[in-house]
Parts: sequence; structure tokens; C-alpha cells
Amino acid sequence: MAKITAWDRVMLARKMDRPKALDYIQGLFDDFIELHGDRNFGDDKAIVGGIATFEGIPVTVIGEQKGKKAKENMERNFGMPNPEGYRKALRLMKQAEKFHRPIITFIDTPGAYPGMGAEERGQGEAIARNLFEMSKLEVPIICIVIGEGSSGGALAIAVGDRIVMLENAVYSILSPEGFASILYKDSSKAKEAAGDMKATAKDLKDFGIIDKIIKEPEGGAQEDLEMVIKELKAYIKKSLKELSTLSKKELVENRYEKFRTMC
Amino acid sequence: MVIDKVKKVNEKEEKRVKNEKASDMMIGKWVKCDNCKEILYKDDLHKNLSVCPNCGKHFRLSSRRRIKQIADEGTFKEIGGDIVTKDPLNFKGYMKKVEMLKEKTKIEEAVKCGTCEIEGEKAVLAVMDGNFLMGSMGSAVGERITLAIETAVKKKLPLVIFCVSGGARMQEGMISLMQMAKTSSALTKLDKAGQLYISVLTDPTTGGVTASFASLGDIILAEPHALIGFAGPRVIEQTINQKLPEGFQRSEFLLEHGFIDKIVERKDMKSTIAKLIRLHK
Ligand SMILES: [Zn+2]
Repeated sequence: MAKITAWDRVMLARKMDRPKALDYIQGLFDDFIELHGDRNFGDDKAIVGGIATFEGIPVTVIGEQKGKKAKENMERNFGMPNPEGYRKALRLMKQAEKFHRPIITFIDTPGAYPGMGAEERGQGEAIARNLFEMSKLEVPIICIVIGEGSSGGALAIAVGDRIVMLENAVYSILSPEGFASILYKDSSKAKEAAGDMKATAKDLKDFGIIDKIIKEPEGGAQEDLEMVIKELKAYIKKSLKELSTLSKKELVENRYEKFRTMC
Repeated sequence: MVIDKVKKVNEKEEKRVKNEKASDMMIGKWVKCDNCKEILYKDDLHKNLSVCPNCGKHFRLSSRRRIKQIADEGTFKEIGGDIVTKDPLNFKGYMKKVEMLKEKTKIEEAVKCGTCEIEGEKAVLAVMDGNFLMGSMGSAVGERITLAIETAVKKKLPLVIFCVSGGARMQEGMISLMQMAKTSSALTKLDKAGQLYISVLTDPTTGGVTASFASLGDIILAEPHALIGFAGPRVIEQTINQKLPEGFQRSEFLLEHGFIDKIVERKDMKSTIAKLIRLHK
């Protein structure tokens, strides 16, 4: 088989039929109840969240949700959250802390939505607030990049104790197109940029930014979702077990050190 | 007519002054205010804190000038000056560009941090500099800011950060993105210690800096008419396919929408910060 390039992975990560956050939520957890709204402005469909059980233990799950069909994808704003999406995520995470539930997040977004309303409602503040609050939540947080993790819009739900990436997922400072247009003044050089950005799971593992790469079947996760779920399940189980031995103080201190020393 | 003659003389005189100004501009003594188009003598502009005496436009400031305006004379002691730019992506031309900029701007990176006194009040002061790769945040900026925050915690001092930034630094890829988490996370320690953090937003503050420490001040001040936002105006216009209204994402707009506490003119900035620090003693 030919070598898979970074750009190939970008294409795989963006595939419409690639499993989305709700597919993983259905596959990994039981009893999922979706909860809605940020209690301030509205309910952002680009972020889903709620309570479920993982092997019998209640957990809070949150995910950036793209659609698998054109119409749903539009309703989900192509997985580009507005501030109320990040604020909903934060509300659910604080709730998780109150009820001592671990948090599992799924990252899959081309970025935070760059619209007028988003700016009016403080997109920057919403993301900043999440980074700040997630750093000090006293419950375990596991973050899984399942597709496209682009820019601050991805990071806003990705400050955790374990950061995991699927093999073909991409986690980057910006889309390769955006990167190419800024640094090469030519957005058609996205393919080249995808490689130069060093944003594949392997690159990020080498940087020490992520902890684990989850293997995907040939052709991508959609080819054998069961296999990916199985590996993810084992990893979540192991991680929660490790994290549950820590005191709240140790948990938060370790998370601080993790981000303090990784970059 | 006499009046006509006077007018003519005046016109002639005006023309002469204009020509003189134009030739002086060529040798760098004069600048044109891009807001009111007035030709300004550079020394006058700098004496006026780099604010246009004619229309009040706040020109962008280097970190050196800013520190001079805010810190009491001779009190600024740099922290983290030895933290230098890294090239984690091995990005073509990056280090060369950085070296060139260092030479040109006489600064080492896009932020300068230190301890100082502000009207006699001890504080940690971090000042970003837009002349260095648009004030973008890579590992050196993130590390210097984090060190400044940690110093404030350790020395029990208030923290003041002057922001100006195009966002996370593209050339350092994901390492830059992670600085957002690192700096925000460091601020939780300052918060927990019950110490004051004043964030001052200046023109322009956007992207990953807006989406991290810039937006996390206990008190957030801004200079008049500064561009402040997450997405840049051009990106938004391309996304929504329409032109943005006048004043969108400016300080006054952010004040209106509840995201900043106060717009402060440059002449009042130092005394305002000092007063806020005293109110938290
Ligand atoms: Zn002017």
C-alpha cells in the first residue's frame, strides 16, 4: 500500500461518512441522555452533550458534532460552534464536577465559527473561559480527537488529563487551507501545508502533545467502527482507572504540569 | 483686491509648508495620521504618547515605548528575557525571518515581561509588541507570559498584560496553539491566590490571544478604537459574504456588548492602572 500522506489523512478526517461524535457516544456508552442549551442564549447544535454510563459508571460526554448528510451538516453548522456551544459544554462540565462524573470529549471541528453573531457574543471569551475552567476541574477529563481538530475551536474542549487521537485524525493550529493562505499566500498549497504543519497523530505524539494513537482500519474508521470503539473503550477504561487513584489535588496539579511542560 | 492678495499669500505659504512637510516626511521626520490625514511631526506625536493631537487616534506602540509610559522610570526589571524563539516545525525561512526581525526591531520576541513599579505600586508587567511577527504567540511568547504569571503568584504581585497580537504563531504550529492552554491554565493559579490581573487590549488583539489570557482579566481595559476579536474581519467577511458594519469589533463595540470593563485613553492609562491596583491592596 502506498504511504498515506498528511493530506490523505486530512481528506479521511473530513469524509462525510466518517463516524461523528454521536456515533462514538452511541458505541462507547449506554443510557445516553442529551442535554441542551447554555442557559444564556440558545442551544448550539454544533456541540452535543449529556450524561451516559461507561461500563456502569455515570459520565458526562461532550462532542463537536458534524452532520453525516448535507442537510444535517448544515443544521450542525458543519461542526463549527458558536460561543453558546462552548458555554453549553462548560455548563455540562461544571455539572459533571458537581456530581463527580468523569468527562469524555470528542473533538471534530473545522474551527470555531467566524460569524458576526459569534463575535458579538464573545467567541474569544467563550474559548478562553473553557481553557481556564477545564484546567481546574476536579474530575478526570479524557479528550479524543476523532476527525478534524482545528484551532482554538478544537482546543476549547480539549484541555484534559489524557489526549487521544484516532490514527487518521488531524489536530492543527488552523486548516491547511488557512495555513497555506497565510504563510504561502496561496490557499491552493493546502496539500503541501498539511505536511509542513506537522499535525498528524504521529507528529503530535512525537511532540508529546497527545498520549495515545488509536489505530484505524485501512480506509478509515468508517470501515470498521466496532474495531475503533473496542480500542477506545479499552483505553478509556484503563485511563479512568489510573486517574481514579489520584486525589483531586493531584489530578489538577498533574494536568497543570502536563500543559506546562508539553510546550 | 487686498483680500485676494492676502489669500494668495496664504495659499503660497501653505503650499510652502506643505512642500516642506512632504520633503521632511521623506527623511522620516513627519508621519501622516492615517485617520485624519494630518501631517504630524514625529517628535510632537511621541511627546503626545503617540496619540494624534488632531483626532485622538492612538498609534500602535512598541513594547519599549509602552513600558516607558507605564512603568516608573528605572523600575522595570526584565523576566524571561533569555527565553528565545524555537522552531519546532523546522519551518522553512522561519528562523531567518526571526533573526532579521531581531536586527530590525532590536527586540528578541513579541513580548517583554518584567517586574516594575506603577506610580510606586509594585507589579508584574507584560507588554506585547506588534512589530515582531504581528505580536503572534509562539512558544517563547507563551513561556514568557507564563513565567510572568508565575512570578506574580510567587511574589504576590498584581499582573498587568498589554495585549497586541495577530493570534497564535502559525510557524510553530500546534506548539503555538498549546500556549493558549498553558497561559490560561497558569492564570488559574493567580486567580486561586486571589491576586489581581488587569488585561489591557490594544490595537489589534485577535485570534489565540483573545481566546486565552487577553479575555481572562479580572478587569479588562481597552484603548479607544482598538480592533478586538477572535476571527479577523477579513475571515468573517469571506465567511458571511458581506461587508462588516463600521466599528464592528472595535473597543466601543466590545464595551457595548459587555466584553470589556472600560475604554481608557492612553494619557489616563497609567493612573487608571495604579488606581485599580491600590483599590485591590
Ligand atoms: Zn489624526
